[in-house]
Amino acid sequence: MSVPETAKDGIKFTGIASREELAACPGITTGERFEKGPVAVIECVQEIPCNPCEHACSSGAIVVGQPITRLPVLDGAKCIGCGACLAFCPGLAIFLVHKNYTDTSSLVEFPYEYLPLPAEGSLVPCGGRDGDFIAEGKVVKVKQTRQNDGTALIVVEIPKEYFMDIRTICRKETYHGQG
Amino acid sequence: MERGMKKAQVVIVGGGPAGLCAAIEAAGAGARVVIIDENNSPGGQLFKQIHKFFGSFEHKAGMRGCTIGARLLEETKSLGVEVILNAPVYGLFKHEGGMVVSYAQDGREKAILGEKLILATGAGENALAFPGGTLPGVMGAGCAQTMINVNRVLPGKRIVMVGSGNVGLIVAYQLLQAGARVLALIEAAPYIGGYGVHASKIRRAGTPILVGHTITRAIGKAQVESVEITGLDENFQALAGTARVLEADTVCVAVGLSPLTELAWMAGCDFTWIPQLGGHIPIHNENMETTIAGVYAAGDITGSEEASTAMEEGRLAGIAAAEALGLAAGRTKEMKLEIWARMNALRTGPFGQRRFEAKTQLLGSARKAAQ
Ligand SMILES: Cc1cc2nc3c(=O)[nH]c(=O)nc-3n(C[C@H](O)[C@H](O)[C@H](O)COP(=O)(O)OP(=O)(O)OC[C@H]3O[C@@H](n4cnc5c(N)ncnc54)[C@H](O)[C@@H]3O)c2cc1C
Ligand code: SF4
Ligand code: SF4
Repeated sequence: MSVPETAKDGIKFTGIASREELAACPGITTGERFEKGPVAVIECVQEIPCNPCEHACSSGAIVVGQPITRLPVLDGAKCIGCGACLAFCPGLAIFLVHKNYTDTSSLVEFPYEYLPLPAEGSLVPCGGRDGDFIAEGKVVKVKQTRQNDGTALIVVEIPKEYFMDIRTICRKETYHGQG
Repeated sequence: MERGMKKAQVVIVGGGPAGLCAAIEAAGAGARVVIIDENNSPGGQLFKQIHKFFGSFEHKAGMRGCTIGARLLEETKSLGVEVILNAPVYGLFKHEGGMVVSYAQDGREKAILGEKLILATGAGENALAFPGGTLPGVMGAGCAQTMINVNRVLPGKRIVMVGSGNVGLIVAYQLLQAGARVLALIEAAPYIGGYGVHASKIRRAGTPILVGHTITRAIGKAQVESVEITGLDENFQALAGTARVLEADTVCVAVGLSPLTELAWMAGCDFTWIPQLGGHIPIHNENMETTIAGVYAAGDITGSEEASTAMEEGRLAGIAAAEALGLAAGRTKEMKLEIWARMNALRTGPFGQRRFEAKTQLLGSARKAAQ
């Protein structure tokens, strides 16, 4: 059964940040910074009263400031790509992207709060912000630490062209399996 | 007064985040505090909130709701607060020296005299009327949340969520986590009511969000077997040709919360009507004191917001009650100002602004009532 999407674009209408909203998002750093190594991508585009990300980053790369409803601003120069902020964001809106992992592949890391967790080394269908399949990826790491309090972080290796598109393991595929 | 009646300086009805924080402040100032809650464990909404909370770091955001509840509970315990559980409060009576609070426990009627009374009863879920709405399988989203997160029972396998506020979005996500399919989340308004980050989570999991849609009926003999939904135009009228049937076995309704104000009415508090806050709200001043001296209200009972604001309001009420008892020491005024500054900061931005205006209106009613 397919349910058609609504016509209007943007987070308020679809639940997905539009290209324009992402382009204007202060939590996303510049193109050059992605060339230099792993960096956080904060896809938080609405002014909500929230700031745990700011406190999670010990490098001072994330600033929300006052009032608490301001958008988080990422300083790409200060971000060391450690990924510590990912599991602290209650919105699960922070990703870690390592664009030039190899010549042809990137790493994307994201929080994943579903069971079963994929096995390291396995191939998984990876999807975009709408959960639709984009490309197959390889699970490089599944991180479960006490500090992350139940939120697993998953690192997938994916074709480089999709480093700003792939944001999850497809759950839709599992659905088809379940009928 | 009846001899032997139980007494406390501060009696708090409701052991959610507002009640617990009120207790921490009042007991911290030296008051003898009793919390009464109808549930078998305190924490209110918090214990079914297994997700990491948004909100400010100072309000323990980033921590799971259930963990916040456990922390607050520990603090009340260490301060010697008495918590009476399984005890619905059903009556309030003005009495010399305070208010007599009647509650049921173990099938018996009991009463306690509180010099100061803090009402922190929270809010209840609104219902939605539609054909088939009484079929088994139609339930409040909060009810489904209690089933999966507290009782570990999946209410259904194929779910339609109605309402895109934070409650609808979060419970949809938790149903997905619990292993259900959420076929669609529908919203009558032309836009999503809750926070985009919560909406994005369920979109990534493959659940469509249909704005401008409503449920027209639930179909089934003995339980929900399918659900008919339809698109709406800007006047909320069904759009011809957009009706379709989803093969769902469960409908979760998340169309807002209304403050649980019965006890405030019973106490004789004056009310005002503020739709943005959920309807009839007991008028209160900057100390969270209602129009009845010595009776305070805090948390979702004064308008559904968030745990962060509920905790701050609770603290204010606790501090003010202790102050009125002559207990609070020196810094009371500064503490209250700090709390107001934090609350006002939480009430900024496109989501908070309306609540800020509504709350300002509420305080305005208090000033008028005082004249
Ligand atoms: C799905 C969902 C997700 C949420 N997520 C967040 C979030 O991420 N961040 C955030 O800040 N907030 C969140 N909230 C909101 C937050 O949980 C509430 O705002 C907060 O719990 C309100 O606190 P309270 O103490 O006023 O009321 P409650 O927590 O509702 O507590 C009231 C207590 O009073 C008891 N009671 C009521 N009447 C009586 C009576 N007559 N006798 C005895 N006991 C009585 C009730 O049983 C209850 O235990 C969420 C809420 C829901 C439903
Ligand atoms: S990845 Fe590390 S350094 Fe970069 S913003 Fe997150 S916590 Fe800070
Ligand atoms: S913690 Fe997440 S949701 Fe909250 S402000 Fe930071 S990025 Fe946004």
